[in-house]
Amino acid sequence: MSVRITLATAGRILRQLRHDRRTVALLLVVPAALLSLLYFMYDNAGPTFDRIALIMLGVFPFVIMFLVTSIAMLRERTTGTLERLLTTPLAKLDLLFGYGLAFSLAAAVQASVAVGAAYWLLGLSTNGGAGIVVVIAVVNAVLGVALGLFCSAFAHTEFQAVQFLPVVVVPQLLLCGLFVPRGQMSGWLQGVSDALPLSYAVEALMQVGAHPNPTMTMWRDLLVVAGAAVLALVMAAATLRRRTG
Amino acid sequence: MEDAIQVRDLVVDRGGRRVLHGISCAVPAGCVAGLLGPSGSGKTTLIRAVVGVQIVVSGTVTVLGRAAGAAELRHAVGYVTQAPSVYADLSVRENVRYFAALHGLGAAEAGRAIDDVGLKPAASQLVGNLSGGQRSRASLACAMLGRPGVLVLDEPTVGQDPVLRADLWGKFHDLADAGTTLLVSSHVMDEAGRCDRLLLIREGRLVADDTPAAIRAATATDDLEAAFLQMIREQETEHAPQEATR
Repeated sequence: MSVRITLATAGRILRQLRHDRRTVALLLVVPAALLSLLYFMYDNAGPTFDRIALIMLGVFPFVIMFLVTSIAMLRERTTGTLERLLTTPLAKLDLLFGYGLAFSLAAAVQASVAVGAAYWLLGLSTNGGAGIVVVIAVVNAVLGVALGLFCSAFAHTEFQAVQFLPVVVVPQLLLCGLFVPRGQMSGWLQGVSDALPLSYAVEALMQVGAHPNPTMTMWRDLLVVAGAAVLALVMAAATLRRRTG
Repeated sequence: MEDAIQVRDLVVDRGGRRVLHGISCAVPAGCVAGLLGPSGSGKTTLIRAVVGVQIVVSGTVTVLGRAAGAAELRHAVGYVTQAPSVYADLSVRENVRYFAALHGLGAAEAGRAIDDVGLKPAASQLVGNLSGGQRSRASLACAMLGRPGVLVLDEPTVGQDPVLRADLWGKFHDLADAGTTLLVSSHVMDEAGRCDRLLLIREGRLVADDTPAAIRAATATDDLEAAFLQMIREQETEHAPQEATR
């Protein structure tokens, strides 16, 4: 692995993103627009809006970065650039960390816009600070990137890649404690929920909502999410083959 | 002369079908070798084996004294795939600079490579907006960076205008004179005469491996296309009885 090559790769991915103005606009505007929708759905600011909007600030970057990354990586495979890159001095982890770095920077900008809109325009109120919400959102985005890189190995077409959203992302959304508190789920369902990284991300955000200062539980949860992201990146590296049939 | 590329008894299956049936050949260092054959003859598979991205059934491929695909070769082998594998959503300059960075080279080297393939006027255009010929030249520029010891090009001249095609072949010979070994595939027979050595493959088997002059002499014809036709016919009559007894 080389820091120089990883940074060059992240720079290249960001340059590709910069040429795609529509994607940049969508990345920046969509989460804030959806939060506004929530605001009106729940009849302006209030405890229900506070609870759901806070969780959504963590969910959006995860879902969006998962989708963007799995398509971007699939394009590398189908256009032959991946095969070519793997004949150069680039290490597999240079490519994967390059993606992780580029999209987590994009996610940081996206999360800052969404968090700014939520707190200042929509009157979101939490006991904890907005800064830590941005941090959790970025870690969630990295998890989305890592899972997207891993899942793209199992898709041969864009159609298949998009189908991984309901397979990988939706179960995590359903079981993360947003719809039914995790404590009220039956034992086996709680077990499944415990095994899914998004559950920890949501718990971390709930901790920010309830406590003025970062708690131990929140830091532990954040560590679990980051660990899951690193694990997914390593598994993604294992799916990259220099030789194919 | 030492061989830059050595292929021994190479057998490759793709998609459950045997594509290469035990090919052996060699490319001497510092020459331009043409890999010729019709579409579907196994050219791309042989090229993939040389750059080390192809899973092989048996046989060995050695490049610059090392097993094809070895980590040490990633600095030394340039590869241009048949479909131009460059980023369509980046400009020519951004593409070449990225590949230069992978080899530890700077913007000046990247600029020279763009100049070498005649894309200087289009350097700031998005690759996605270029013509097919320009796109494959952008891909070529990315492979020529840092003067690789071996340059493997899969049909680099398809869709290029005749003047440019002549320029590119001139460029290939310049590179060879400077010590680079080139393996260039083509399905166009009129490019055969521009090579120092010829490898002709057909249906996954090697039909000829010699210099154009030797092939012309052996078949007593000046026209390489006719020479190849004659060699294919001769081999078919030789192989026909064996095939029948299987």
